[in-house]
Amino acid sequence: MSGEFPYLKDDSVVEVQRGPEPGGVGGAYRAFGETLRGLKTTMARLIEGPMTIEYPEEKTPVYPRFRGRHKLHKFEDTGLEKCVGCSLCAAACPADCIRVVAAENIPGERVSAGERFAAIYEINLSRCIFCGYCEIACPFDAITMGHDYEMADYDRTNLIFTKEMLLAEPIERTPLRAEGE
Amino acid sequence: MTLPIADTQFVEATWIMVVKSLVIFGVIFGILPLMTVLERKLIGRFQHRYGPNRVGPFGLMQPLADVGKLLSKEAFRPANAIPTLFILGPLLPVLSGVLALAILPWGDVQDGVGLYGIDVPIGILYFFAVGSIAFYGLLLGGWSSGSKYSLLGAMRGAAQLISYEVSMGLALLGVIMMGGSLSLVDIVHAQGELWFIFPQFVGFLIFMLAGFAETNRTPFDMPEADAELVQGFMTEYGGMRFGSFLLVEYMEILVVSGVAAAMFLGGWMGPGPSFLDPIWMLAKMLGLVLVFIWVRATLPRLRYDQLMSLGWKILLPVATLNVLVTAVLVVTT
Repeated sequence: MSGEFPYLKDDSVVEVQRGPEPGGVGGAYRAFGETLRGLKTTMARLIEGPMTIEYPEEKTPVYPRFRGRHKLHKFEDTGLEKCVGCSLCAAACPADCIRVVAAENIPGERVSAGERFAAIYEINLSRCIFCGYCEIACPFDAITMGHDYEMADYDRTNLIFTKEMLLAEPIERTPLRAEGE
Repeated sequence: MTLPIADTQFVEATWIMVVKSLVIFGVIFGILPLMTVLERKLIGRFQHRYGPNRVGPFGLMQPLADVGKLLSKEAFRPANAIPTLFILGPLLPVLSGVLALAILPWGDVQDGVGLYGIDVPIGILYFFAVGSIAFYGLLLGGWSSGSKYSLLGAMRGAAQLISYEVSMGLALLGVIMMGGSLSLVDIVHAQGELWFIFPQFVGFLIFMLAGFAETNRTPFDMPEADAELVQGFMTEYGGMRFGSFLLVEYMEILVVSGVAAAMFLGGWMGPGPSFLDPIWMLAKMLGLVLVFIWVRATLPRLRYDQLMSLGWKILLPVATLNVLVTAVLVVTT
């Protein structure tokens, strides 16, 4: 090495490994051997079998922190809505797709646990960018991101989800990835 | 001295020959669409995919859907194409393929009926003569399209086919010498003890390599070259005319596999009663078809000069040497 490159003090130069010259009888022989190697490689792939996930019938599991369609939550014991209509989610939303109109709770007909509740709570999912800021902004964990991602629709108006739709238990269409999967 | 040709005195009734042709035609044209599915499914598996599996059970109805689509397309012809030749282009290869099917031997003479289309006296020469007609279709199709890409593709195809035709013929010469006959039926008979693939392994390899080139299959699919030449001579074709070029490709694969099975793999020879003979022949053919598909899934397309140098500098000398050695061995032993 150093004899060839006298200005080099160390062996930092790596000599490139070059294959034999192509062509000729030797080249044909090597090409034949490599062809057999290639055939072996493809046959091994055949034996491994397909890795396709046939999507509509078979779904890829999502991670637990996957940010899909939003969910609104109720208290399990009292059945009251967690959302108190503070509009912090709407303020945090960069896409401006959340609309909250709050109303005062009337004693006897309480809707939420706080003083006020969300009379209108709408998320325009055609605008939502699924950043999850609403989930972070919410002081009562009333809104979280679910795992549902199959929301395609033929009509844009159908993508404005109302409070009832967000509160309803979503049809669980997405398998959750198991621990360590 | 008997001539190295088939028995010219063997005559069958006309109606038997008609029935035979219809049966062979029907069986082969039943297999062809299934071959396209088989190829697509296998290529898929070679690439960790499933391939077509939506239309019908296991995707078996896929060719029906494809043909339906192609038939519903307009039979478009470019303004500066030559009408008659343009239509003749896809027809000639179909004709050549169907004619070549006639000599494939499916079995011996049983109860006075030969289980083959016809045992032509000149046998394998007929295969070459008829097979060459397909090139006319390719050339005429490419030239009459009135497009430079089609013409380029056709020229490439013609040059390739001529280069490989020679090696193919020489590769079979060794088998003809060992079998002592040009007739495919006689050659199969000569393989009763030992299939010719063992003494003629080099010939078999050369024949298969040339067969890949003859059928325009990867790694020699230069005339089509989807990536470079936009399907070469087929560029201007659409609808079922395009479809018949594809059909011909599969038919040629079957014919080349059939000839290889008869010449090297003992044709209809196999254990079991004699009515299994056509099944054995078909099984050997399909085995070779699988090799075609396997190679397609493995090898990339050669460069054009590589293709030419492989044909002229390697295959031709090796085939000639093979013929010489075989000739010496046949004469001395």
